[in-house]
Amino acid sequence: MTISDKSKTEDAVVSLQSASVALGGRTIWSDGTFDIPRGQIVAVIGPNGSGKTTMLQVLLGLIPPSAGTVEVFGQMPERGNPRIGYVPQHYSEAVGQAVRCRDLVSLSVTGTRWGMRRSASDADEVEAALQAVGAADYADSRMSVLSGGQQQRVAIAQALVGSPELLLLDEPLANLDLRNQREIVDLLAELQRSRAITILVVVHDMNPLLAHLGGSVYLLDGHAHYGSVGEVVDSDLLSHLYGTQIKVVRTAQGDLYTRSN
Amino acid sequence: MLHAFMIKPGLLLANAGYQSNWVEVLSQPFMRNAFIAGSLVAIASGMLGYFVVVREGEFAAHALGHIGFPGATGAVLLGLSPTLGLAVFCVGGALVIGALGKRASERATATGTVLAFATGLGILFASLATESSTTVTNVLFGNLLAVSTGQIKVFALFTVALALVLAVIARPLMFASVNPDVAEAKGVAVKALGIVFLVLMGLVVTMAVQVVGTLLLFALVVTPPATALKLTARPIRVVLLGTTIGLAAVILGLVTATILNLPPSFFIVSYSFLTWLIVLGATREQHHSGH
Repeated sequence: MTISDKSKTEDAVVSLQSASVALGGRTIWSDGTFDIPRGQIVAVIGPNGSGKTTMLQVLLGLIPPSAGTVEVFGQMPERGNPRIGYVPQHYSEAVGQAVRCRDLVSLSVTGTRWGMRRSASDADEVEAALQAVGAADYADSRMSVLSGGQQQRVAIAQALVGSPELLLLDEPLANLDLRNQREIVDLLAELQRSRAITILVVVHDMNPLLAHLGGSVYLLDGHAHYGSVGEVVDSDLLSHLYGTQIKVVRTAQGDLYTRSN
Repeated sequence: MLHAFMIKPGLLLANAGYQSNWVEVLSQPFMRNAFIAGSLVAIASGMLGYFVVVREGEFAAHALGHIGFPGATGAVLLGLSPTLGLAVFCVGGALVIGALGKRASERATATGTVLAFATGLGILFASLATESSTTVTNVLFGNLLAVSTGQIKVFALFTVALALVLAVIARPLMFASVNPDVAEAKGVAVKALGIVFLVLMGLVVTMAVQVVGTLLLFALVVTPPATALKLTARPIRVVLLGTTIGLAAVILGLVTATILNLPPSFFIVSYSFLTWLIVLGATREQHHSGH
């Protein structure tokens, strides 16, 4: 390994080498070779069933790669990595609705240790995470009484506990109206900037993220790739990816968006 | 329904009525045993109940009671202690449900089919045994007044074991219960905790069957914590309040049953039901006025 290779790997948050993943004997995607640079928002895109959630599960150490190597922060993925925060898909449906937001967020601290002890710094950490996402006002409410956008903020607060350097969010914009999508995206952009962290976001539609996007992991024809935003926001690539004609439009103001015909 | 065959209305009515010496009856040793046994079950149910409700494991609790039924009647058939039979079947059933997967309790058809079969098996064992009808009635409806000192020792052991285990696993179990995906990613042993939880539930159900019976245990194991959860979302308060409701139902139920000379199970279940009904009404009201 040359010196430049080494520094590249250390710069990369996620590094895949000919990585494949199989579930129940079926290959989900294969031949993933790429590095995701540190400190940006990265979309994970691909058609339904292409293995976007599986990608996050591999990075979390929940599923081992069937071939090749996967490294997160230069190490093999392992469950319980405190440098990673995770918001699963369908978070608000899966979570206990009777639970208070504050208790839910605290579980990130206290739920991983045996026994009943709890320190004042635990409560401070929980409060800081709730503040960071703007959920402090309804921290004592039950999840069941909150709107979809508020629930998603609580989910992000829970993932932020422990100050992770990498956030993995699975479809955080699903089931949100446009205003709430925008607010969550703004929150992610703010968190990314202020904490200099890397955020991987599984999305169906890249448009809400485009203004803040650094690059994308895209799952094309059973293979995993990574490209910078300039490479990925490309009419031919996106049309091929989604199997439908997609146009990339740049407005006079310089805003970028994609449109399917 | 099964219990239509079990209760003989004429007999019940013949026994019913105001019992003028009820104070004296309440001070009898068998009554002291009943109070202790019922209270232990209320405490154990209160401790575990929060997790039962949050995990949506109500149906699993109900199913375990039914799975215990052939255990108890089978033990009688073999000349063994019904408590032992209950414990073996309830804990064994819990392990099977646990092995089937974390959300097996939600597979309503599978669970319902298994519990119907278990109930059928229970009836078969009971009909083969000689003292069948008493055993069947006791297991289906509980017989708090016949609890022995030996049973109380077992109950106390189970309750202490439950408290000790929960003191260690409560937080990770709560994480695994309300938020299994995140807990798993955080390295929490979600599946193992689920199995431990079901075994604990097996122990609680073993106790509850002997107090209120297979058919009524829901009212003692699930209803009090579920009622408490409507009033407060804080886990410790749910446990304390659920335990208090359960204890009140047991104690008031026993006293009322003694005064009126009717089965305690009925009154325990009724107090639990009434509390739930009142809280349901009150929280509905609150919800409407809040808008």
